[in-house]
Amino acid sequence: MNEFARLLDRLALEPGRNDKVRLLTAYFASTTDPDRGLALAAMAGDLPVPGIRPAMARALVASRVDPDLFAMSYDFVGDLAETIALIWPRDGERGHNNPPAPTLSVVVEALRATGKTALPARLAALLDDLDEIGRWALLKLLMGGLRIGVSARLAKTAVAALGPVSADDIEEVWHGLAPPYEDLFAWAEGKGPRPQSSDAAPFRPPMLAHALDDASLAALVPGDFIAEWKWDGARAQAAVFTLADGERGARLYSRAGEDLGGAFPDMLDALRGAGFPDAVFDGELLVRDEKGAARPFSDLQARLNRKNPTPKMLRDMPPLLRLYDLLTLEGEDLRPSPFMERRARLEAVARGVQHPAFDLSPTRTFDSIAELVEVRKNAPLESEGLMLKRRDAPYVSGRPTGQWWKWKRDPMEVDAVLMYAQRGHGKRASLYSDYTFGVWRGSELVPVGKAYFGFTDAELKQLDKWVREHSVSRFGPVREVAHEPANGLVLQIAFEGLNRSPRHKSGLAMRFPRVARIRWDKPPAEADRIEALEALLPVGPPETKPSVPRESA
Amino acid sequence: MKTADVLTLSPAGLYCPMGDFHIDPTRPSPRALITHGHADHARAGHGAVMATRETLDIMALRYGEGFTRSRQVAEPGRATRVGEVDVTFHPAGHVLGSAQILIEAKGFRVVVSGDYKRARDPTCAPFEPVRCDAFITEATFGLPVFRHPEASAEVERLISSIKLFPDRAHVIGVYSLGKAQRVMALIREAGWDRPFHIHGALEKISRYYADAGARLGEFTKVATAEKLGLAGEIVLCPPSAIADRWSAGFADPVRALASGWMRIRAFARRGSAQLPLVISDHADWDALRDTVVETGCSELWVTHGATEPLTHWARARGLDAKPLDMVGYGDEEAAVEEAAP
Ligand SMILES: [Zn+2]
Ligand SMILES: [Zn+2]
Repeated sequence: MNEFARLLDRLALEPGRNDKVRLLTAYFASTTDPDRGLALAAMAGDLPVPGIRPAMARALVASRVDPDLFAMSYDFVGDLAETIALIWPRDGERGHNNPPAPTLSVVVEALRATGKTALPARLAALLDDLDEIGRWALLKLLMGGLRIGVSARLAKTAVAALGPVSADDIEEVWHGLAPPYEDLFAWAEGKGPRPQSSDAAPFRPPMLAHALDDASLAALVPGDFIAEWKWDGARAQAAVFTLADGERGARLYSRAGEDLGGAFPDMLDALRGAGFPDAVFDGELLVRDEKGAARPFSDLQARLNRKNPTPKMLRDMPPLLRLYDLLTLEGEDLRPSPFMERRARLEAVARGVQHPAFDLSPTRTFDSIAELVEVRKNAPLESEGLMLKRRDAPYVSGRPTGQWWKWKRDPMEVDAVLMYAQRGHGKRASLYSDYTFGVWRGSELVPVGKAYFGFTDAELKQLDKWVREHSVSRFGPVREVAHEPANGLVLQIAFEGLNRSPRHKSGLAMRFPRVARIRWDKPPAEADRIEALEALLPVGPPETKPSVPRESA
Repeated sequence: MKTADVLTLSPAGLYCPMGDFHIDPTRPSPRALITHGHADHARAGHGAVMATRETLDIMALRYGEGFTRSRQVAEPGRATRVGEVDVTFHPAGHVLGSAQILIEAKGFRVVVSGDYKRARDPTCAPFEPVRCDAFITEATFGLPVFRHPEASAEVERLISSIKLFPDRAHVIGVYSLGKAQRVMALIREAGWDRPFHIHGALEKISRYYADAGARLGEFTKVATAEKLGLAGEIVLCPPSAIADRWSAGFADPVRALASGWMRIRAFARRGSAQLPLVISDHADWDALRDTVVETGCSELWVTHGATEPLTHWARARGLDAKPLDMVGYGDEEAAVEEAAP
């Protein structure tokens, strides 16, 4: 456990993605089963241990430490788990002939086998046996709030680096596996067969688009591409398959591979009952109205936010899956085929199905860039702009270059990461309503602006709650919130213009920035980069005195 | 005799009226006894300075020979009459030449600790507990969350990081007097035999330590042109250089900071350290308490640092304890904090 804790401690301070992978791979290579698998589970959020409340941890330490000294220490350190870890009496460490500290698997087993009433005593005994960093990691794992900037994807990438398999290979078997992943490690190290995924429809990592810049637009050959609307919903992967007993099975995943089946049982029903052959679709998840048209994104958001939808939601907000790609059909992997071929098979499958929960995302051809510009001007309201897909592109996980482009309707929009929040004024004084956001420059976020309108009152409440739950530090009325590649909140920011500004760290000043959309679904790692903003700058000498009009709040 | 007869607080710091001298005064004073060479304790411009030979040498290195009008070497362990009191310097284990100062007035014993530590340091004489009636202690790390680990274990973490990242330079922020040399000596003990590459600000003092017998091995000043070529090497610099441009010139540097403050993650993050090394030249919470008990004192004054918790603890033990919260001893390890953006 102490070794795993040291890894977490180091990961938390190491900003570089590749460096994190190296730290993780070295740990996996030097750690035996089942500990390394439990470590992987901890990073993928699948560690089978009970959670504990801060009050319980406080009560444990209160019975061991002078309360005044604890209060002074907590005040100085500022983090409850860290304070307890550091102040925990270590009389046990002072004896000679101490047995070795418990391993991660010993800790996990001890906690799992302990009932609720015996949990405090068991936890205290474990804390006695660990060192400062081990105690910190254990408390963070149990209390939540461990911020190490490692996503499940990054952890899998590190497992893949052990040997010949790739991270995408691991994704494909992942959903059928369980901690401690012994067969996965054996396979990754080239010592065992590919694990049999017990899941009939594993998640396939999706293909993603690049934002279209001027140079790429100019170089675009119209005959090579086909255009589609970029729908304003949530990217989803849907699978229909045959179970062992001959029944229909279905699964719905988010773009990050989270299982959305619990939130959308009606979509699973529709997938099973619509008469599809076994297939895996890529599409846009939306919520439809009585006429079958897509409703605003906020309605979808309401459903995405509920792990279990209410009967009223199921009745009033039925889902719609707008299909745009076909990954497999009746066991055949279509991903290596060109897009136009997959599209033709998708259309054939869709023609055979009449169901209000599904429709087909239309495509259109264009003969010139000028025509495309016109098309984009007339984008329907429920779209965010255009997708341009290369006709001969295979379906490749990740973000291959030159295959798929997204060309948003409003060029003055950027996906930024929330970094700081400040309390508002007047009737908003009790809410965190002023948001400083940033975009990526290399592996760090640089603040590029501040927005304090554009959201509804209901959204403001959600934002305020999120800010309070994800604060990492506070100074006066300002809170710094988590903003790491895998942990944070993306805000889609709309703005009226952009100027150079030597006064800002980013070198940029935005005019009238506002929150166009809260992207609860998007990991910060996928927010925009500073280059995307710089491309929007007017040409000419930098303005020495940028005018940043501000609304008085 | 009471402690207040032997020591009072003046605007310049601790003052002994019976001997007419200050200890570590923060402003120019006619007669100063100096515990050790750190800038917050040893300032230039006094009329006369009494200190260990090493502390006098270090002051001369830092401020030039004219740092005081006259100087007197204090032999450790040997009492010297000053006015109506006897003063004796005893090793404090903090940095080379560091001393506690015992003042005896008609059999009443007061010890001013200066900065001190109880952990092993291959570059200076170890702390000697001195029995006294009143103990005047520092409390830089006077909170129960500060319990420094074995320094050798921290050095092991550094070495294994170098093994894992042989293509990156490991740049360690260390205070230029004491910490730098202790860290170098500890790394040598761990078997590292490649030359150290050091920032110019560490050079003079390190040379002095080496001449005084510290086993630092080979070290050379970093030239700007060679920075990129130092992958897999150990570079040492002042903490302030960690966060600024100086450290950016190295090959994908791993930034380390060696300080007791690194125990707290918020400090490590603020100091831009990827590899916080919890190595301190100050007593931790356990060492502070053990030391207070060992001196057998019945009165405790806490000069600077986290004065309140230690005072609270001492009072609960029945000691007559008071916090002084003296200003001006913005301890050198706190420089790590200040250097951070
Ligand atoms: Zn000092
Ligand atoms: Zn000091």
